[in-house]
Amino acid sequence: MSALDAATLAALLETFFEESFEGLERAETSLLALEHDHSEERIGELFRAIHSIKGGAGAFGVTEVTDLAHVMENLLDEIRSGRVATREITAALLQGVDTLRVALVSRRGGKPVDPASHAPIVAQLVALRGGPVAAAPTVTAPTSSAPWRISFAPHAHMMRAGNDPLRMLRELASLGGTVVATDLSRLPPLAELDPTAIYLAWTLTVPGGVARSDIDDIFAWVEGDCDLTIEREVVVAAVAAVPSAVDQASTPPPPPTMGSLRVGIDKIDLLMNMVGELVITQSMLGELDDEGPITVDRIRQIREGLSLLARTTRALQESVVRLRSMPVGQVFGRFPRLVHDLGQQLGKDIAIEITGQSTELDRTVLEKLGDPLVHIVRNSIDHGLETAEQRVAAGKPAQGTVRLHAEHRGSAVVIEISDDGRGLDLPRILELAKQRGLVAPDAQPSDAEIAKLIFAPGFSTARAVSDISGRGVGMDVVWRSIQELHGEVSVETHAGRGTRTVLSLPLTLAIIDGQLIRLGTQTYVVPLLSIVETVEAKAQARHRYGAGEVTRIRDQIVPIVDLAAELGIRPRGASDSDLLMIVESDGAPLGLVVDELLAQQQVVIKSLETNFGRVDGLAGATILGDGRVAFILDIAALSRDIRHAA
Amino acid sequence: MSSTTPSSQLLTFVVAGEEFGVDILRVQEIRGWSRPMPLPKTPAYIKGVINIRGDIVPIADLRERLGLPSVEAGATTVIVVVRVEHAGKGRTMGFVVDAMSDVTALANDAIKPPPDLADHAGVSGMASGIALVDERMITILDVDRVFSLPHHDAVAA
Repeated sequence: MSALDAATLAALLETFFEESFEGLERAETSLLALEHDHSEERIGELFRAIHSIKGGAGAFGVTEVTDLAHVMENLLDEIRSGRVATREITAALLQGVDTLRVALVSRRGGKPVDPASHAPIVAQLVALRGGPVAAAPTVTAPTSSAPWRISFAPHAHMMRAGNDPLRMLRELASLGGTVVATDLSRLPPLAELDPTAIYLAWTLTVPGGVARSDIDDIFAWVEGDCDLTIEREVVVAAVAAVPSAVDQASTPPPPPTMGSLRVGIDKIDLLMNMVGELVITQSMLGELDDEGPITVDRIRQIREGLSLLARTTRALQESVVRLRSMPVGQVFGRFPRLVHDLGQQLGKDIAIEITGQSTELDRTVLEKLGDPLVHIVRNSIDHGLETAEQRVAAGKPAQGTVRLHAEHRGSAVVIEISDDGRGLDLPRILELAKQRGLVAPDAQPSDAEIAKLIFAPGFSTARAVSDISGRGVGMDVVWRSIQELHGEVSVETHAGRGTRTVLSLPLTLAIIDGQLIRLGTQTYVVPLLSIVETVEAKAQARHRYGAGEVTRIRDQIVPIVDLAAELGIRPRGASDSDLLMIVESDGAPLGLVVDELLAQQQVVIKSLETNFGRVDGLAGATILGDGRVAFILDIAALSRDIRHAA
Repeated sequence: MSSTTPSSQLLTFVVAGEEFGVDILRVQEIRGWSRPMPLPKTPAYIKGVINIRGDIVPIADLRERLGLPSVEAGATTVIVVVRVEHAGKGRTMGFVVDAMSDVTALANDAIKPPPDLADHAGVSGMASGIALVDERMITILDVDRVFSLPHHDAVAA
């Protein structure tokens, strides 16, 4: 190990973590498929996934993972040799997968979990071993009661009384007992070791089906010569200690924040090719730079060279953007599990259909998409889908369906989440919205407008706060997250037939359409997507309201922001421009006083956080054609600030 | 040269008549003065950002950071671009100084700990020591402490 420096080791360890997380995902998929797919390949894949995690963990001394992976592997080995994977077994294995993930995340975060906390799941997995194989009649293991947990610490002199602890361990093993942990802490240095004394202590589990008296019999001769406790394990508490898949979905394993990115070799090859072309073009142009008369022919060659350079540069840019993109399947992948678990929890039979998972999206967008999607799917399952009885009564198939679909549409990626449930209860939504003052009491909004109300902050129609959704947070979070990604959300609903939520996201975050504006001598960029219109508002059209001003755009009252003052360019009240740019955020208009509208152009967003930090009100910066820096306004943040300050 | 010797070369420069130095290994480049684009809602000593080969780099005025009045940029004014470490993250930042002086090699025992003085300018919060070279006294700045990021600092109104 000393040959490896810390950096290499850290890199190897990071690879191990990534591969393990991928392995866990594969294992999870296979486990869920196991219910209807018992093929050898399926089971083999599952086994290999767990096996390689165990191997890797062993190499890095991640013992808490090795030990658990080992018992899982043992159980999987039985399934591989023909044992039927009952629901009980898959549930325990899924829980094992969750526990491994938690252990790996903690280990990566530098805080390894206590291996002892794995004892319950280890015991559960061990208890499930040795069940009937497929040939035998399939009776589920008779272990409805919790397994026994025995801690056995012989006193040092026990062997001198003629009792060998090995005999007890062997007899326990014959009852199906397994050593969970061996306590070596009393072991003295070799020189001081008394070969006739016992220094070890053990913790064991024995399947719950074994009678207490059988265990007591084994230890009958050594009573008084050892510290012994025999008790039932509290399985319920143990289950609670392991985060359930549902909780986990809301706090998924933190995405590798700064982490590395696995990129297909083909993409790298493409980049290499293009860099090769750049080098060739460059040397070609270099040769033309030799001294000598400037001929028409030479100018033509230089022109050709430059256009080749432009082509290659553009291709290179596109490939780099593609390098950052990942298939949506990476996010969709966690939903079969989520739907499976939620369905069980709510007693609903739900199928999930996923299409378009190979649609590629920018990595940053993808990372922020997970939580909103989880919220929407949970909402569909909790509120949208009916129970089997209700469905049958309504003449629908007993099994409900949730569909996830992704596709490119123009310069956007569209993600649709639909269900075939009861649809939104529009009259009730309107009633609630009126109660809460979100809608005027006499308003007559259209169905689409009513449906949109579910995204209003604090809005929830759940009649009872449930475990899954309905705490009144959720959909407004979805709205905000999608807005932050410069995307849009819309909802379609049909009573009794289901609901479809459509998220539309820009293909890449790195480039946006911007409107350049002048404020004093400075240039700022406003994302074109948030601009509604630009109007002239003379002083008499403005109305002083508190510390600020408002104006009237048709029948709407619009707050006015002195942008130059807001950004510290001029003192407040010193702006004399009549130009008012109306922008919209969260559906609420805002009028920005600007000095001049400049060009409209695509701008590349550069993060201010790379070298500095977040600056409130700015979404980033860009570099203009002349090399100057211009800041891009964060309209949503600006709008929030104004409203809160007001 | 043994690898255990800490960097013993300082890039030295002048601010308000006093000589300062930074570890030369942190210095990325020295640029002529160009007016930064003012960054709103940040402390006054952050002059704004400049474009360095496509990178957006924040620029601090060392005079203002040291509590001295700012002066108009002159013929000798330059920007020293350094690599700053903050919470395990490397950042590129620049600061404005009145004039460059030189690169000074230091013997290890030439660096004295900063004096324990009450100072309202806040130099001691940023100095890692004072180097004695011949007759000169050079305040060694710890670049990581020169820049406070927005979330460390109350944002100036």
